[in-house]
Amino acid sequence: MKYIDEYRDPKFARKLSREIHRITTKPHVLMEVCGGQTHSIVKFGIDTLLPRAIELVHGPGCPVCVTPLELIDKAIVLASRKDVIFVSFGDMLRVPGSAKDLFSVKAQGGDIRVIYSPLDALKIAQENPGKEVVFFAVGFETTAPANAMAVFQAKTQGIKNFSMLVSHVLVPPAMEAILSSPANRVQGFLAAGHVCTVMGYTEYGPIARKYRVPIVVTGFEPIDILQGVYMCVKQLEEGRCEVENQYARSVVKDGNVHAIAMVRNVFEVVSRKWRGVGPIPKSGFRLKEEFRAFDAEIKFAVEELKAEESAECVSGLVLQGVKKPHECPAFASRCTPEHPLGATMVSSEGACAAYYRYRNIPHSVRV
Amino acid sequence: MLEPVDHVVTFSCPVPIRDYPQVLLAHGGGGKLMHQLIDKMFMSSFSRLSFEDCHDSAVLPVFSGRMAFTTDSYVVHPLIFPGGDIGTLAVNGTVNDLAMAGARPLYLSLSFILEEGLPMETLWRITQSIKRAADAAGVTIATGDTKVVDKGKGDGMFITTAGIGVVEYDGEISPGRVRPGDAVILNGDLARHGMAIMAVREGLEFESSIESDTAPLSDIVQTLLKEKVRVHCLRDLTRGGLSSALNEIASAAHVSIELEESRIPVREDVAAACEMLGLDPFYVANEGRFVAFVEAQDAQRCLDVLRGHPLGAQAQWIGICVARPEGVVTLKNKIGATRILDMLSGDQLPRIC
Repeated sequence: MKYIDEYRDPKFARKLSREIHRITTKPHVLMEVCGGQTHSIVKFGIDTLLPRAIELVHGPGCPVCVTPLELIDKAIVLASRKDVIFVSFGDMLRVPGSAKDLFSVKAQGGDIRVIYSPLDALKIAQENPGKEVVFFAVGFETTAPANAMAVFQAKTQGIKNFSMLVSHVLVPPAMEAILSSPANRVQGFLAAGHVCTVMGYTEYGPIARKYRVPIVVTGFEPIDILQGVYMCVKQLEEGRCEVENQYARSVVKDGNVHAIAMVRNVFEVVSRKWRGVGPIPKSGFRLKEEFRAFDAEIKFAVEELKAEESAECVSGLVLQGVKKPHECPAFASRCTPEHPLGATMVSSEGACAAYYRYRNIPHSVRV
Repeated sequence: MLEPVDHVVTFSCPVPIRDYPQVLLAHGGGGKLMHQLIDKMFMSSFSRLSFEDCHDSAVLPVFSGRMAFTTDSYVVHPLIFPGGDIGTLAVNGTVNDLAMAGARPLYLSLSFILEEGLPMETLWRITQSIKRAADAAGVTIATGDTKVVDKGKGDGMFITTAGIGVVEYDGEISPGRVRPGDAVILNGDLARHGMAIMAVREGLEFESSIESDTAPLSDIVQTLLKEKVRVHCLRDLTRGGLSSALNEIASAAHVSIELEESRIPVREDVAAACEMLGLDPFYVANEGRFVAFVEAQDAQRCLDVLRGHPLGAQAQWIGICVARPEGVVTLKNKIGATRILDMLSGDQLPRIC
């Protein structure tokens, strides 16, 4: 397949692997920010092609994983209402809330529909004028433009039965939170290629300089990741800390200016709580004043909920790159995709799910 | 709903069903309307056996030897999709379950649960598909039933089938016979059915020319058996795709299955659609694909026989069975790394970004 096979070429992968081995003289800890990259690394076994001195730790870039428990509980409250059609990306449905997940709400009669584009949520609202349609707007900068467009169009077209439960988070503040933590081990970043496709990479210069870390904007295919690792290691070995762009076929420095304009038109930056990590200043979006009528939390006056995480789950530490999934005592025993303790075990971008799916050997044969 | 794209269909229900453009509760009520529906819709299409006598049961000749018996339910949405409809699925799916036991399929039963309001033309179209699929697979629709449920209590139509076939092959075909050393052979490219459905499902529509691979596998399997290929096990790849089928067999047979990704065919447009939605083609449903576990020395002959059949032109030797670790399926990718191909806990869901 064009544009895919080239980036999975075994010969080129081995060549890059040899080059990384050649230039590595000391240990380095790198974090890939995006959960999509984590899955690629584990699925294709990219970490097995790297020198032992290079450790990849997995970042917080999984929208499902970092959506706070309280917001999942609010989604469950809204989705249980008889007058609501609750619309979501599929991945959110099996994330455990405090007591249940959205799949169980569906089983109990909630009208919950899975879509791929937020504009389809708008279509559902137009087709069901007697119902309130609530869209669960989760994600990073990647999904923000399309979600902003859905609200913008709802306002323009006067669609009043549409609203969004917003849980948008931003990557650069999370990277800063990780770097400023006393437990931080990360020395270099593979930044999330899709986020940068939208936002560009001008935001990363100050972070690279302030914390003296190389940041390489990196794609998702094996060759992308190997090349990103190579560029990052090269900087570390040469004592540089710059922002470089490996994913140039998709990312330009200033990003997608039209998408950014739409996002700034509809959203404003606020502090947000990240599941497992806690509150991070200026790390997310909410709808601006003029679009507040489409904010489901206000529209339905959802009460503030308090929720308790499982005491055993270490997903917060996994999301910060402090622990690896298999270092959790509950991994693959008390926590599995069928009975997850944390969101990192359910999401298709979650690090625990990646380890479970691609690395886990069933108990009966584990030695 | 999608307009019919394939085969030529006479889009005219017989009178007097045409007087009722939609299925009514009364069509399942046991009265004249129900008899008209059965008479004009089903009996005119499947003029065989018990239908002819309007009997409560089909009375079938008994054969000596072994018999295979299976049952299945069909709940697909939408009812009509690129490459087929719920009717073709019901016939082919049941035929394939029989075929995987090495049986030659003979008789099917069909039980329809219709939702009030189902367009009569849709029912007619699906009935004609059933007739064509049954003729193509050489099976007789021997008996059937119809019920109608209230609007909102069924998804247009559900079909439950049962199937009977005769096992003329002397050996045993079952997961228990799979041994370390067996070759794993696949009859064609993966993931077409699941992606064809996905492309027309509400909320995920995308433009594609992917059609379901739905097909009856009885003839190709019978050919394999007649050629005396030493087959240990057969499994059709339906829900859960290649991965689930192989995991089931690895567990049941206490073997490990080692696959090589570069040998597993996936059509380019199907692979592209999977990439776009973040789905793994090894977990996507098929309706005309099966794996054969055969004696290693017979692997090449098995491939030759399959490739000589229209439903096996792209057959590939995709892997082998080894002794350990028991119950595990592994996949060696093109880069050379090996990963577990685990069974999914539920459905695959499209990714967020």
